[in-house]
Amino acid sequence: MTRQTDFKTRLRAGLWTVNPGLVQILGICPLLAVTTTLVNGLGLGIATLFVLTFSNMLVSATRHFIRPEIRIPMYVLIISSLVTCIELLFYAWFPGLGRTLGIFLPLIVTNCAIVARAEVYASKNPVGASIMDGFSMGAGFALLLCALGAFRELIGYGTIFSGFDMLFGGEPSPGIVLVDGGFLLAILPPGAFIGLALAIAAKNAIDRRRRVPHKGSTGVRVDAP
Amino acid sequence: MSNGNSKSAKKAPVWQGAFILAAVAAFCTVLVAVTHSYTAPLIHANEQAYLEQSLKPVLGGIEYETELSRSVLNVPIPHELPGSEAAVIYRIYADGMPAAALFIVSARDGFSGPIKLLIGVKIDGSITAVRILLHKETPGLGDMIVSSKSDWLQQFESTSLTSPIEASWKIKRDGGEFDQLTGASVTPRAVIKAVKETLIYFDSNRDFVFSAIENVAEELE
Repeated sequence: MTRQTDFKTRLRAGLWTVNPGLVQILGICPLLAVTTTLVNGLGLGIATLFVLTFSNMLVSATRHFIRPEIRIPMYVLIISSLVTCIELLFYAWFPGLGRTLGIFLPLIVTNCAIVARAEVYASKNPVGASIMDGFSMGAGFALLLCALGAFRELIGYGTIFSGFDMLFGGEPSPGIVLVDGGFLLAILPPGAFIGLALAIAAKNAIDRRRRVPHKGSTGVRVDAP
Repeated sequence: MSNGNSKSAKKAPVWQGAFILAAVAAFCTVLVAVTHSYTAPLIHANEQAYLEQSLKPVLGGIEYETELSRSVLNVPIPHELPGSEAAVIYRIYADGMPAAALFIVSARDGFSGPIKLLIGVKIDGSITAVRILLHKETPGLGDMIVSSKSDWLQQFESTSLTSPIEASWKIKRDGGEFDQLTGASVTPRAVIKAVKETLIYFDSNRDFVFSAIENVAEELE
């Protein structure tokens, strides 16, 4: 398998087939909590992406020295130091976003998706492939955060890109206001669960629709289960 | 392959694991230390900028000379200000004379959790402005007190203990002078009460507030 196709399969796995949020349902505590706006989702997404990529890199680079009995404390050390660094960098570069994300930045440490990738993939694969894997999984998680954030912000506030300045600088911005006020439920916790459920349902529906033409050579489409 | 690994791991002495763990811990410590030394000045500057930016709305246009972070007075509990945690007062001087005091206090009886308030009081006891720093009130109802969502907070501007009179520091539904919010009366009540208590504190502790040296409040208590 060439390097390029390998990267493609890793990316496909992270973004779609084994997406940490949609399929493995890992790390949904921050996922549900911060996705009230697109910018919040994007911020935590980027932070998680960085932690996942670098933790995979470090775990993979040290995989020959790590003895099985000390691997969990090693992962904890590596992941928690990386998260501390990312947190400090966020407060230095994006103070506004750091304040909004608050406790969920340090809590990246508890995102099971990260330790899962270290254990399942990075500890058994070479550095390059592990970096690809961390990046793909992180990107999959970040995209889901963005999608959920955009969905909830659109319905809940009637805006998109509000707080854009927190990530990219410039004047404090209310974002693009489409409707004044929105459907409150979307921003409240139930909205997060409903949004995630819809996203999972949509993914499953797309998968099923794709599978049908391969199976059904008769051309009969079966929509009902 | 994994079999071979675990066999060689079993042969290796225990101290080897401890050594590896210590080495990784040292590496991680260096990583965090380097990041910290790089970000510390940036974070400090951000905090200063944020402090000035957040105190600005309640300054009422007063030109001040003091560096805000150095005019701070921490009032530890127990104190007579509203809130069950330590309160913070920023003293503002203009032309060498006390001009205003900015209070960071919290209203305890909000709908969910304390509501952190920033209250600017001029030396004559009138309010410059009130802002909400932190709250957990219900979105769409109690959180309408926030200045970006409604102009409810504006009605505090230039009020004092004498205008309206102390007995009228209530929402209209309770026979007072202040507007309530549709669907939320607990939150406005809590804010009004906290602002009133702050004014009463300032009225009877004015000299102390401006004479106390930084962090000396503790010894005087």
